[in-house]
This record gives sequence, C-alpha cells and structure tokens, in this order.
Amino acid sequence: MSLKTQNSKTPKKPKKQRTRNDVALPVLGFLGMLRWAWTQLTSMKTALFLLLLLAVAAVPGSLFKQRPVDPAAVTQYLKDHPDYGPILDKLQMFDVYSSVWFSAIYLLLFISLIGCVIPRAIAHWKAWRSKPPRTPARLSRLPVYGTLVVPAEEGLGAEEASKQAAGVLKKRGYRVDLRPGGEKAALASIGAERGYLRELGNLCFHSGLVGVLVSVAIGGLFGYSGQRTLVEGETFVNTLVGYDQFNPGTDFQSSWLQPYSIQLDKFDVRYDRESPGHFGQPLDFTASLTTKDSPGSEAKQQTLKVNDPVNVGGTSVYLVGNGYAPVVTVRGGDGKIAFQGPIPSLPTDSVYTSTLVIKAPDAKPAQLGFVGFFLPASVKDSSGVAYSADPDPLNPELNLNSYVGDLGLDKGAPQNVFALDVSKLTQVNGRDKPAGGIVLDAGQTYTLPNGQGSISFDGLKRYVALDIHHNPGQVWALGFGVFSLAGLIASLFVPRRRLWLRFGDHEDGRTMIEYGLLARGEDHGLAAEGRAIHSALSKVWGLEAENRTQSTSGKGS
Amino acid sequence: MLPINQTLGEYSELFMLLAAGTYVVAFLAFAWDMATSGKTAQRDASLLAEKQKVPAMAGADDGGSRVPPSSSSHSATSRAARVSEVADSSLAYTTRRAAARVGVALSILGLLIHAAGVVTRGVAAGRVPWGNMYEFCTTGAFLVVAVFLITLIKRDLRFLGTFVLGLAVVMMVAAAVAFWTPVGHLVPALQSYWLVIHVSIAVLSSALFTLTFSMGVLQLIQSRREAKIAAGGEDRGGFLRLVPSALTLETLSYRINTIAFVGWTLTVMFGSIWAEKAWGRFWGWDPKEVWSFVIWVVYAAYLHARATRGWTGTRAAWLSIVGYACVIVNFTVVNVYFSGLHSYAGLPT
Ligand code: HEM
Repeated sequence: MSLKTQNSKTPKKPKKQRTRNDVALPVLGFLGMLRWAWTQLTSMKTALFLLLLLAVAAVPGSLFKQRPVDPAAVTQYLKDHPDYGPILDKLQMFDVYSSVWFSAIYLLLFISLIGCVIPRAIAHWKAWRSKPPRTPARLSRLPVYGTLVVPAEEGLGAEEASKQAAGVLKKRGYRVDLRPGGEKAALASIGAERGYLRELGNLCFHSGLVGVLVSVAIGGLFGYSGQRTLVEGETFVNTLVGYDQFNPGTDFQSSWLQPYSIQLDKFDVRYDRESPGHFGQPLDFTASLTTKDSPGSEAKQQTLKVNDPVNVGGTSVYLVGNGYAPVVTVRGGDGKIAFQGPIPSLPTDSVYTSTLVIKAPDAKPAQLGFVGFFLPASVKDSSGVAYSADPDPLNPELNLNSYVGDLGLDKGAPQNVFALDVSKLTQVNGRDKPAGGIVLDAGQTYTLPNGQGSISFDGLKRYVALDIHHNPGQVWALGFGVFSLAGLIASLFVPRRRLWLRFGDHEDGRTMIEYGLLARGEDHGLAAEGRAIHSALSKVWGLEAENRTQSTSGKGS
Repeated sequence: MLPINQTLGEYSELFMLLAAGTYVVAFLAFAWDMATSGKTAQRDASLLAEKQKVPAMAGADDGGSRVPPSSSSHSATSRAARVSEVADSSLAYTTRRAAARVGVALSILGLLIHAAGVVTRGVAAGRVPWGNMYEFCTTGAFLVVAVFLITLIKRDLRFLGTFVLGLAVVMMVAAAVAFWTPVGHLVPALQSYWLVIHVSIAVLSSALFTLTFSMGVLQLIQSRREAKIAAGGEDRGGFLRLVPSALTLETLSYRINTIAFVGWTLTVMFGSIWAEKAWGRFWGWDPKEVWSFVIWVVYAAYLHARATRGWTGTRAAWLSIVGYACVIVNFTVVNVYFSGLHSYAGLPT
C-alpha cells in the first residue's frame, strides 16, 4: 500500500512498504532514470499536481469562444482582434479541449492513474487472498483498545472464547483468522479485517474513469452529427446531401448512414399570454413528424419536442431551434419565375425579428439578391421605423433591400445561405436609394424599377432546426460513469478496519480478553465500532454492561 | 400547465423579505455571541483549570481514528493549543451561550418563514421553485440554513452561525436585488423532470460546500492561532476558544466534503444525461459544463490532498476554499456574463 501515505500506522510496517516518494536521486543510468520517472509520475503528489493543472487548463475554454461550439464567433473574434487574436489562436485558446497542452495534461494524468491502479489492484488481490495481519504484541497501543473479563464460574476458557468471538465477528462482516495458542506461552488470538470493498471501490472508481475516457474517444471516432433546417412540408432524407452541415467522426464512413426520412408536417408554438413579467415567452414547441425507417417501410407519426428527442434509424433527432420561413416568389426582368419557395430567416431576438437573404441566380437578364428583415408583428415607432412587437405572426412584414448583378454563385466556393456579398452588386432598393426600401405585407408584390423584376410575399411557414446525432460511445460512457460512481461511494463510505483479540486464562479461572482496533484510511466511527464489538461480546458471554472498559481514546462520535 | 397565481407570488416575496429580516437579526445574535463569548470561555477555562489543577483539556483526540502524520503541523501544535482551548473536539454542547441560543431560535423562525416563501413560490408557479437565478438563490439559501440547523442537532457548530447566516443573508439580498424575476412558467428547454433531479442535487451539494467553506476559513484562522500559541505567543483568541481545534474542523469538513463531492458527481452526471436529452450531446464544454468540471476536479484534488503527505491541514483547507470560490464563479460570473446553452438565468434583458 505504498501510496497510502496517510494511513494509520500498521503496527509493524515492513521495510519495503516505505513510501514511494522518498526515492533517492538516480545514479542508475538509463533504466534507472526511466524507473525513477515512472515512480515520480505515479506518485500521489504528481496526481494532485496534474489534477490542479487540469482544473486551471480547463478555464480558458470558458473565457474564449471555442471553435467546435461556435466557429463563426471565433472567426469574428480573430477579425476584431488582429493584434493578439492570432497569438491566442497559436496557443490553441480557441480549441482548448483538443489542444496539445490540454491533451498532454489529461493523458499524463491517465497514465499516472493507470500506473497507480495496476500495482494497487495486484496488492489488493493479494491482500484479499491472504490472512489478516498477525496480531501485534501490544494491543493497548492501538487507537481503540478495551478489555473484557469473563468470570470463573462461566468456565469459558480462552480456546472456547476465541471460537465464540470469531463467530460474532464473522456476523459483523469481518474476515476472521483464528490463531490458537501455542505451547510456549503464546496466547490464543484472532486477527480480523473488514471493508475490503473500500479499496475495491477505489480501484473501480479510477478504472471506471479510464472507461469513460475511452468511451468518449469511441464516440469521437465512430459517431457523427449533423444539422438540417426543415421547413413545414419538407422532407429530410438521411444521406450526406440531406444535411446542411455534417461533422463525421474521424473514422466514420458515410455508407453507415441509414436512409430514413423525416417529414415536418406541422410546427406549433405556444407563448405565455398571462404572466406580465414573461409575456410572450415561449411555453411550448411541438413538431409533428412523419418518419420512415427506410424508403420502403411504412410511415410513422411522431412528435418532437425540446428535451424529448426522436430516435430513428440508430440516430437521435433533436429540436434545437426554429424560426419563420416567408414564402416568396421572385421574377426576373423577363417576367419568368426565378425563385419560388420558403426562405428560412434567422431570429435575432425573442420577438423573432429575423434576418433573411434571398438569392435568385436564375433571374434574367440579371441575377437578383435581397437582404433584409422579417418582422412577425410589425409596428412602427414614432420615427417611422418598423419593429416587431410580438413573436406571433400578427402582422407579418418583409423589409428588404435589393441588389442586381452577379451573385457569384457559380464559382463553386461554398456560400453561406444567410449572407450575401454585396460588394460587387448594384443596389436598387434601400432606405437611402431613390426607389426606397421594399416593404411587403403578406400577399403583396413589389415591382423593381426599370423592369428589373419583382418580388411577392406569398405566405408564411415555420421551420425547425434539427440536430442529428449518432454516438456509439454514449451508452458506454454512462455505464462506466455509473460503475465509477458506485466505486466512489464504496471507497468513501465503507470503513476498512482491522481488529485483533487476544485471549488468556487467568490462574483464578477467569477468562481475560483484550481487543484493539485500527482504521485504514479516514474512519470517524472506529470508537463506536469498538463499543459495538464490546457489547456484542458482552452479550454472548452474559456480561454486565458496566464491565465496559474504556478505549484508549474512547471519545469520538 | 397550471395557471400562474400572481397573488401567491406576491405573498412569497413578502415571506422571503421577512425571512431575510429574521436572518439579519439571527446573524447579529451570532455575531454578538462571537464578540462576547470569548470572554466567557476564558473565564470558564480558568475556573476549570483551578478545579482540575490541570489546564482545561479539550478531551481526547477526535474519535482517535486518524493518526496525523508526525510531520504535520497539527500534532506539533494541537497539544499546546488545547491547553487554552475550551471547545470540545467531539463538538458536543458544553458552555451555555445565551446569544447563540437566540441566534439559533431566530434562525429556526427565519427558516420556517423562508419555507413558506419557497413553497408558495412553487405553488404560485405550479412547478418546482428552482427555475431561474432568483429561485436558485432563495431555495439555495433555504437549504444552507436548513443543513446548518440539522447538523446542529448532533454537533455544536454554533460557532459557524455568523458565517452561515451571513452567507444566507447575502444570497437573499442578491436574489431580491440582482436576480429578481417575477413568477412565471418555464421555457421549453427547462421543462423536464431532470430539472427537478439535477438542480436539486446541485443546490444541496452547494449548500454543503458552503458549510465546509466556512469551516475551512475558520480552520485557517484557528491553525494560525495554534501555531502562535505553540511558538509561545500570547493567546488572544477570544471567540476562537469556542471553535474546536483546526484538526477537528478539518476532519469534520472532510466528512461533509465527501458527501458533497458525491452529490456534485451526481449533479454532473445527471446534467450530462439531461444535456444529451436536450441538446443531443452529453458533454460539449459549454461554460457551465467547464466550470462544473473545474469544481469537480478541484474537490477531487482536495480528496487527494487529504491522502498525500504534507498536503493535509492548511493546504487542504485552501483547496476546499478554492473549490467553493469556483462554485460561486459558476453561479454568478458564468450565469451572468458567459453566454452558453445554459442561458436559463431568467434575468430580464
Ligand atoms: C483523472 C484523474 C483522477 C481523479 C478524477 C481522481 C479522483 C479521486 C477521488 C474522487 C478520490 C476519492 C475517493 C477516495 O478517497 O477513495 C480518489 C482517491 C484516490 N486516488 Fe485518485 N483520481 C485521479 C487520479 C489518480 C491518480 C493518477 C492516482 C495515483 C497516483 C490516484 C490515487 C488515488 C488514491 C491512492 C486514492 C485514495 C485516497 C484515500 O485512500 O483517501 N488518483 N481519487
């Protein structure tokens, strides 16, 4: 038990069980060096140091936006801080949890942990199979000590007493080793120990942590996640092209995708209309879906809610966002329909003031683009600026600027559907243009000046943002987590105790018994255990309660 | 969804106000006890010393189970410290302290009113009363005082009264001033039974950490005093005579911290199960998750420190205090300033 530096002293500690920490400086060459490094790494002090380091190293991840969580914010940050942004980026401050330094700390910690657990497991295995340690010469030196005297008329005798005591201890969960008295005046004694579960728990806890880490790694290797916005009436099919964004695990193969489909039939939202402080706060989001496990299988009706994912085709589908998708028709200068359909808009606040971008690359003779706002409940303030007063579509309105020119969509460069690069376009409509901005209520159409085309606001739909996840490591992580937790509870709350009793026959026929207890590790209930043993034995031998003797430090709980 | 009962909500706020007021008076009573009982303790000590012709002994070691490493600062100083110390290390009730009694009585009264406040808030909203920061704060303060009073049944921890009631008052004031939110329904993200499980355990563990934090601070002060006495300095302990030895404080706060650590482990685990349900991933390094992890690791380090030679005593106490500081950061700074998925602070924007 070399690592348990703070244990109560075992009466006689063999030399080789000295603490590992006091290793002399190496003069042993390379192998000696390695050995020394290993002992250092697996020492308790190192574990403590690495743990503290891990805590400190985790903090920057909450101070800076992280790439895996919010890549756009990181890009923006780098734009806003050209001076020290790149330095922070070099230091991996935007990828803390996959950074070299963070990984180094936790890998070292886990190596140290494994180096810690294996020798302890071996030692514990041996302890489990061997007998409790031999009886110390002077029990009175143990932290809890007491004596019992059985009167002569009971005619008990040391031998018989020790057998009965062994029975009592076994009932209390002790492992008992009966040591009969020898010829050379050696007295009969009992060595007993309980609480092996404490150390086992500790081992389970630490190895369970390794299991959690491995499970997380498995999820990262073989899992995937993706996002998709789905407008009412649309259908998503689980193939690579079906996703707006797809993040595969390192070893993921797209052939593993099961081609199930999800159709969004309806999306219902309910807002708080009664409490003054929370008026307009959302109360419920419900998406009604029709799913098919494969193209040929039968359709199923399912409801998707926040906090309540739908499981289909080995994946879980989550409702992570929603918004309005105004349905528009854009016609080119030639009068032909260049675009028709719903345009998902990005909500920017709690009343769904949303931004949207409409691109009509098919418009002839020139391509058309629109950028602007969608307001579900448009109201004008005193200076005539429109804003949304409510999240429900009480007075839906589009406020748009229009652009003419080459939208740059054919170049093949990936384009953000929510952004339009207007630098090479000619603006036609806008507040500061002679034609003014475009304001469209539902059902209205606006014709661009000089016969460049038109746009109409035909109707309104809602859309949902779906997250789709497949994580094969997840169940394992949970399993190991629970395993770890059980180990932790055992290792913290099961007391490990050693107990010895010695039995002697007095010349006058009385049977004399002394006992001593020792705790291994933290144990506030040792004195109480001493009292409990005392009264259990007293009961067996029919002794009076006042026969009780004090323990050396008999206070305590 | 049950309708909101505004009238009941207003009653709840009235109860909270009354409870906070009662706590203030209880706090003053404990402070008075702290300021005056040092003298009583001194008098009792000299009386006792005369009677026994032995310096007032604090009784034997606590339970005798833990044999401190001989190199530790405790064993060197604690004997000397005990000479002038009255507090019993078994934390049994010994001296009569009128002011402290008043403090306890007022705390109980405050707690009853507070309970009414918490319950009416819950009934008014038709759900558990921990759905936003105002509610975490008021329910958390309730648990802090409740846990403290429950421990008092078995142990004389009245010396902690000033700290605990002081913290409770701070929490109540913060709730009313900084985090006030009218009664309302939960946003969809919070409508889950995991809210009941996850948050209640988090608040309970935090209440326990609050206790051990107070004990850690006292332990540091006490061990300085012990070191001074051991070095032959004059004992100007005053109130500290009523506080058990640094070693006793350390042992007890370790016991509480082990329970709180298991609680926090459960908090993190339930939180990640909920995160999986709500956001599709069980761990994503959201600021709240980061800080929960940091807290967990700091307290794990604390447990390791207690098992490492040279790291028990004062250093362990510091780790426990740092851990609590992280709990506070997690609750205040992270909720208010860091935007993340956990934007459930419910603060008016
Ligand atoms: C991921 C890193 C680690 C974590 C989160 C962790 C956590 C914990 C926790 C919570 C305990 C308390 C349970 C108890 O007291 O029995 C504990 C105990 C212990 N840990 Fe670790 N540990 C880690 C790494 C290590 C390493 C690397 C070592 C070896 C050097 C180690 C050795 C021990 C030992 C010996 C105990 C028992 C202390 C005692 O008996 O009081 N741990 N650990």
